[in-house]
Amino acid sequence: MAKQEEATFIQSAAESPTALLRELVAHLRQNRTQLREEWARRITEAGLLTAMSREEVFAEATTVYDNYVAVLETGSVEALEAYARDLSERIIPRGVETHEVLGIVLLLRDVLARSLFKKYQSDIALLNRVLDAYEPAANRIANTVGVSFVQERERVIRQQQEAIRELSTPVLQVRARLLILPIIGVIDPQRARQLTEQLLRGIRSNRAKVVVIDITGVPAVDATIANHLVQAVDASRLMGATVIVTGLSSSIAQTLVTIGVDLAKMKTVGDLQGGIEEAERLLGYKVSRVGEAPAQEETG
Amino acid sequence: MRVPILKQHSYLIASIQSALTDDDLLQLRDDLVAQIGRFRSRGAIVDVTALDVMDSFAVRTLRGVAHMIRLRGAQTVIVGIQPEVAFSMVQLGLTLEEVATALDLEEGLAYLDDQPKSNGRHGE
Repeated sequence: MAKQEEATFIQSAAESPTALLRELVAHLRQNRTQLREEWARRITEAGLLTAMSREEVFAEATTVYDNYVAVLETGSVEALEAYARDLSERIIPRGVETHEVLGIVLLLRDVLARSLFKKYQSDIALLNRVLDAYEPAANRIANTVGVSFVQERERVIRQQQEAIRELSTPVLQVRARLLILPIIGVIDPQRARQLTEQLLRGIRSNRAKVVVIDITGVPAVDATIANHLVQAVDASRLMGATVIVTGLSSSIAQTLVTIGVDLAKMKTVGDLQGGIEEAERLLGYKVSRVGEAPAQEETG
Repeated sequence: MRVPILKQHSYLIASIQSALTDDDLLQLRDDLVAQIGRFRSRGAIVDVTALDVMDSFAVRTLRGVAHMIRLRGAQTVIVGIQPEVAFSMVQLGLTLEEVATALDLEEGLAYLDDQPKSNGRHGE
């Protein structure tokens, strides 16, 4: 680590960086109240953390400040990492952005550095050594907080993606042996795969004979997605189920014909209602209104 | 392992119980195609419920069986393809085209019962 090299370099200058850091920490502890208030004021001034109230900012600032000083003292970033993750977990749902988190840490770094300048301005050589000890540690802290925040954010995003996937692919039974699979939203290869797997499991567990896949809610279809659809249809047929695809919009139909995807194997019906009616016909159901002669076809 | 072929009225049922070698598959093909004529059966059902893998050779052989049996005037249904197997089959492009498939043995029998009783076969 670069710090090690610096350490040997500075050691020759009589004062070891550990001693310097200790002095630094003592200074920061002494001026805790004043520096912390200065920091909180700068945060408000810079328009950061607007999603949080003044009291909340001050409370968090206190904890971050203490953690910051503790890390400077011990050099162990584990505790700070844990705290940063915990903090991120609390503030991400409130819409705090990455630049705000990095901004406040850099502000604190700045506030503390300024206070050091003020204290040691009479002795430039000492100031240099103090900064040599302070800067790497401060950089590491800023780095740790930023990385923890981004990691937490990514974890949340992954979790939400998973939740959306789970929610958006229901396989529903409408009648004995008839399933519908309404697809809403963009289909990517991973989702297409998951959809097919769920569909096949649904076919087995519900002993389905006909499946209606409704893609009214799918904004666009390209060659890849069309192929996934064909795969789902083929796989369902291997399990003995017929698939009816419904809700192809005019633009999707145009795209499919233009890119030349062969959908001849697919049974398609205009809308979900038509699809369900066709499925009922395949299954031998006849739906009629009470009191009407069963032979009479309903119109409209 | 040789696959047992059961005769059930006018149908033959071959129930695969474990993973098969290529030789076993060819043996099954020979047995089925021979017996479909000997028993004057109207249809054959191949139950693959126990298989968790179907490679291209197995799929090709089963499709061959279905076509041969059709040439001998009977029908074939492949039943019990598992979801995972179906998915990997379509990914490999093995779709058993023009071969009837059904969810399980019961469905397969229902399918054969629905077929028109033609070809002069009446199961004995």
